[in-house]
Amino acid sequence: MDPIRTIRSRTVVMPRPNIDTDQIMPARFLTTTTREGLGQHLFADWRYDASGQPVADFVLNRPEAAGCRILVAGRNIGCGSSREHAPWGLYDYGFRAVISTEIADIFRNNSLKNGLLPVIVDEATHGWLIEHPGAEVTVDLERSALGLPDGREVSFPIEAFARYCLLNGVDELGYLESQSAAIRAYEAEAGK
Amino acid sequence: MTASTLFEKLWRAHEVVPETADRPAVLYIDLHLVHEVTSPQAFAVLRSRGLPVRRRDRTVGTMDHSTPTRADELYGRVPIRLESAARQVRELEKNAAEFGVELLGIEHPDRGIVHIIGPELGLTQPGKTIVCGDSHTSTHGAFGALAFGIGTTEVGHVLATQCLLQRKPRTLAVNVTGRLAPGVTAKDLVLAIIQRLGVGGGTGHVLEYRGATIEALSMDERMTVCNMSIEAGARAGLVAPDETTFAYLQGRPRAPQGAAWDAALAAWRGLRSDPGARFDRELAIDASNLQPMITYGTNPGMSVGLDEAIPAKGGDAIHAKALEYMGLAAGQRMRGQKIEVVFIGSCTNGRLSDLRAAAGVLRGRRTAPGVKLLVVPGSQRIKREAEREGLDRVFVEAGAEWRESGCSMCLGMNGDLVERGAYCVSTSNRNFEGRQGVGARTLLASPVTAAASAIEGRVADPRAFLS
Ligand code: SF4
Repeated sequence: MDPIRTIRSRTVVMPRPNIDTDQIMPARFLTTTTREGLGQHLFADWRYDASGQPVADFVLNRPEAAGCRILVAGRNIGCGSSREHAPWGLYDYGFRAVISTEIADIFRNNSLKNGLLPVIVDEATHGWLIEHPGAEVTVDLERSALGLPDGREVSFPIEAFARYCLLNGVDELGYLESQSAAIRAYEAEAGK
Repeated sequence: MTASTLFEKLWRAHEVVPETADRPAVLYIDLHLVHEVTSPQAFAVLRSRGLPVRRRDRTVGTMDHSTPTRADELYGRVPIRLESAARQVRELEKNAAEFGVELLGIEHPDRGIVHIIGPELGLTQPGKTIVCGDSHTSTHGAFGALAFGIGTTEVGHVLATQCLLQRKPRTLAVNVTGRLAPGVTAKDLVLAIIQRLGVGGGTGHVLEYRGATIEALSMDERMTVCNMSIEAGARAGLVAPDETTFAYLQGRPRAPQGAAWDAALAAWRGLRSDPGARFDRELAIDASNLQPMITYGTNPGMSVGLDEAIPAKGGDAIHAKALEYMGLAAGQRMRGQKIEVVFIGSCTNGRLSDLRAAAGVLRGRRTAPGVKLLVVPGSQRIKREAEREGLDRVFVEAGAEWRESGCSMCLGMNGDLVERGAYCVSTSNRNFEGRQGVGARTLLASPVTAAASAIEGRVADPRAFLS
């Protein structure tokens, strides 16, 4: 995986809370056996109408959304199904960070493993972002800080090891494999 | 030693390397369940790195999400209609063969929904850590196992190393007292718990369900409750193992036998939260005044009692949007709402006791004209047992379709879908927009509420059908 340091982009805002992974990637698109190409199906049932035409007023279909790499979403985004196809789809579409006040556990984990940064901010910052769609912001992973257009900086929490891996392009499976002596010792001692 | 919660005991017993400020714990996984939808990319990683499956003896695969429920497709008399589903089935067959993983495959008599077959085969046991690339892995917590859903990258981690990198979650005790009234089920209880907690209320926590009401539940009922822990955002749900648990497991094909059983039992008896153990949060629920519950909105937290009106939440745009999708209005009572489809099945309510309860309501009655009733057992074992008891005849005579096991209309991946705009009373666990098909309107309820609704063609009160 390529190291990630900062992401600078205008935002796309989807204020509704509890956007579940069935919305991000509907089940009928889970039949793929690879990780790529899911961006075309991202939010499929909100993006396209029954006849397959783009829904004009859906935020991703508006011209100003083009090229945006940061999604600001309502509280508890990513709840529901554990499908990693949701962060795969967001990433494939072009997103590199998701900002909310609350991000569901499994989705947050899955995102961290795929170079999609889950950024958790306070209510006030979130409120400002929701009211200012298209704001140009910077997610600085090195300093765990979100930079707003007026120069303010808001720090965000991120699990230390996941941050280390993202910054250095380290892959977690490689790290786990390096623990094999400890794993063998555990199995011997626990009789497993 | 200080008093520990059940969760803490399970966690400690599986720490290969404890967590520090800058390293998560390396947690050992005792049982890894694999299915066709969330595994292909994980096997691909192993293949690209030339890694084997580290502990094939701790890995079991099955097929459930995209498999057909019609016998002719399942047993190869006609091709699987959905090409994409057929491809995933073939892919898992190929991966299991190549990596030497046991597969309860398409024609295997023990095949079924992954969270149903683990317990019924006795693979699920107290004290184990259990993972699967599926959020409803929380089901297995009913046995006092630490069980949670993971993503596909982590499926690869477990296949390769039998371990996961994990941060220790917090604990939340859900203390339930009071006897459930007749017609009020474990499903109604868990819907009420999610309503109180909210769909994000359990985030970062492991729930432990405790109290006299939980102790009085059967294993099937405890599984229904633990199954839906994830719908409150929780990583896992737990119930301390007790005599009910042990009686359920004894004699199951994969449960310990003989001297190993006695040893296991001795260890399992210590698996409970010590008196005075502290939880990070607690919630108290009085179950005695609950009524049958049903959802009206587009997440499992949006539910009401059958006698209650849909709440008005002036100015809440999200609530309004959910009601618009559902074609329902604030102030309306759910009882009497016209429906088109009823689905009885899923890992929440597809077990034998659920089918018996539904059949108890349907026996000698007929579904209302125009209502489609689909009954899908949770596993092939359950299907055979139900048929031995004649439950299939009860369903068919009532006008239902009786199918082979699988996830089916819970998420519609196999083509068992609800039409756009149609209302479906479903015993599954998610009422998200489009979950059962684009534009489908899902009303989550218990098997008896579902059965009663099929008879009336409207959302109905099961208490009117109790004999
Ligand atoms: S029955 Fe539904 S919730 Fe359960 S595993 Fe299958 S798709 Fe998931």
